[in-house]
Amino acid sequence: MRYEIDECGYYGNYGGSYIPEMLYPNIEELRLNYLTIINEDDFQVQFNQLLHDYVGRPTPLYFAQRLSEHYGAKIYLKREDLCHTGAHKINNTIGQILLAKKLGKQKIIAETGAGQHGVATATVCALMGMECIVYMGQLDMERQRPNVERMRILGTTVVPATSGNMTLKDATNEAMRHWINHPTDTHYIIGSVVGPHPYPDMVARFQSVISEEIKNQLIENEGNPYPDYVIACVGGGSNAAGAFYHFVNDDHVQLVGVEAAGHGIHSGESAATTVLGKPGVLHGSKTLLMQTEDGQVIEPYSISAGLDYPGIGPWHAHLCETGRVTFMNATDDEAMNAGIELSRTEGIIPAIETAHAIAVLKKIEFNPDDVVVVNLSGRGDKDLETYIRWGKY
Amino acid sequence: MNRIDQLFQNKKSGILSVFFTAGFPSLNDTTEIAKQLDAAGVDMIEIGIPFSDPIADGPIIQASSKQAIDNGMTVKLLLEQVHEIRQSVSIPIVLMGYLNPVMQFGMEKFFTEAKAAGADGFILPDMPFDEYQHRYRQPMEANDLRNIFLVSPTTSEARIRKIDEASRGFIYAVSSSSTTGAKKGFQTEQVSYFERLNSMKLENPFLIGFGISNHETFTTACRYSAGVIVGSAFIECLRTAEDFSAAIPNFIDHLKG
Repeated sequence: MRYEIDECGYYGNYGGSYIPEMLYPNIEELRLNYLTIINEDDFQVQFNQLLHDYVGRPTPLYFAQRLSEHYGAKIYLKREDLCHTGAHKINNTIGQILLAKKLGKQKIIAETGAGQHGVATATVCALMGMECIVYMGQLDMERQRPNVERMRILGTTVVPATSGNMTLKDATNEAMRHWINHPTDTHYIIGSVVGPHPYPDMVARFQSVISEEIKNQLIENEGNPYPDYVIACVGGGSNAAGAFYHFVNDDHVQLVGVEAAGHGIHSGESAATTVLGKPGVLHGSKTLLMQTEDGQVIEPYSISAGLDYPGIGPWHAHLCETGRVTFMNATDDEAMNAGIELSRTEGIIPAIETAHAIAVLKKIEFNPDDVVVVNLSGRGDKDLETYIRWGKY
Repeated sequence: MNRIDQLFQNKKSGILSVFFTAGFPSLNDTTEIAKQLDAAGVDMIEIGIPFSDPIADGPIIQASSKQAIDNGMTVKLLLEQVHEIRQSVSIPIVLMGYLNPVMQFGMEKFFTEAKAAGADGFILPDMPFDEYQHRYRQPMEANDLRNIFLVSPTTSEARIRKIDEASRGFIYAVSSSSTTGAKKGFQTEQVSYFERLNSMKLENPFLIGFGISNHETFTTACRYSAGVIVGSAFIECLRTAEDFSAAIPNFIDHLKG
């Protein structure tokens, strides 16, 4: 497998574990145990049962007829938006909370941007009766009020991150600081394929159920497990990692990651890391990072709080560098238009993150018999206010 | 001889090392602060390279880093300031910072230029141990520079031994499981951790840092180690100081008692 993580925790030039010594025991405990624990039979039974009975998996692979006619290809939507809590994020939080219990942890912390990962974490903590603290940028708390209240209803303490731009990057900093201060009884559930090794690999494995199901469902629908394209949006990249995972070694499957271009790639207000980033170290791993010449991290911008992150997961950085994944991008306007378009053609209001993936359909020249899978990572309920403010519908 | 080695050879206890952020409160204060610390009798200075996302730091150092970046602080400018400090200051200078700004400057270029400017060692808390051993140990040692590793209360004995073996100069013992400036005073568990470290008879001397803010914590830490590192409390002093030439000696005197 050319794209697998190596024994030191690197994907090619990216990954690793760049953490202060205070976090070393926690990360080492995870690194030494995660594979053993998640491969145990009773873990697998519990994980799969919860995904089935609680999350509602397998999620449908829906053939989008009108969208297909419009773009001249066979377009399928992988309906992660139908997961309990409204997005793919819960696949990972179920896995990590079971792991945390196995490690004997009593408390959970998490960071969140749009609030989807925060809600998914608050949900599994309620389910397992564990104490939960979620760090969220103060700006994001204002932008995503309903998700803040959902977390609170679920019994989670939401702590505002007030440093930096007060968004996802800063919430992640605060969660890491909390973990440094509470190293023994607490597990940190990172929500994306970012962070020090083994997080990127662990989160990708928990999300890989997405592509595993796509394969099975395509056999049923098309008689062939391999699509011609898999398209997913990338912030940190967890839904894309899950959607690409079981296809990455099949070169004839074209993998497309879609980043947020904000007001335009070169507008100074963007989150398109693969275009604007250089190799650097943030939040424990070496990856592509938007930064100044002096190595200070640049605050990203996107209309979507979930794509508003200055880096990408190290696996994606490697997949980009090797050319295995084609990275495209969509501006705020393109994404919002695509969100409205999907609502009108298929009756599905997507999360604005997801709308970025829909937005590139018009930029790719398909053959009529191309099988295209778009990972519909989340639903748009949380974004109603942004849609309303956008107003063009 | 490396100035860090020299210091620890000549002084076995009560060493005081003071940390401050380069370019704070004002961009060009770095040199003046270093001179004042030297004049006030500190044994070593640690100059922080500001970074936008300092995950091991509490609010005080975070705020100083942000202000320093806003002031225009860069690695290149810091090295010029170190050169300037070296014109009159002869105590060891350690540069401390997160990996990314140094990586963008160029690791090996940083080692060479830091040496030329007059630095004696580095503390790069998020540099992985293995990466140091395989990539950076050789160029650092070639420049006679010391890399200072951290240990914390949760670091296993086996790892402390491994770190001790790879270290030259001294070891930075973080006093508690915390970010910088987070805790006040020492609890019994911290004292027993200091005793444990002391009883390990390490090859290298260690200095205790994090949570040392007054004479009491200074004295306790000195009892079990070669000395202490003070950071957040001094940054707080700088933030509120009207005149460095009065505030800095006053701060050091109070600390030492």
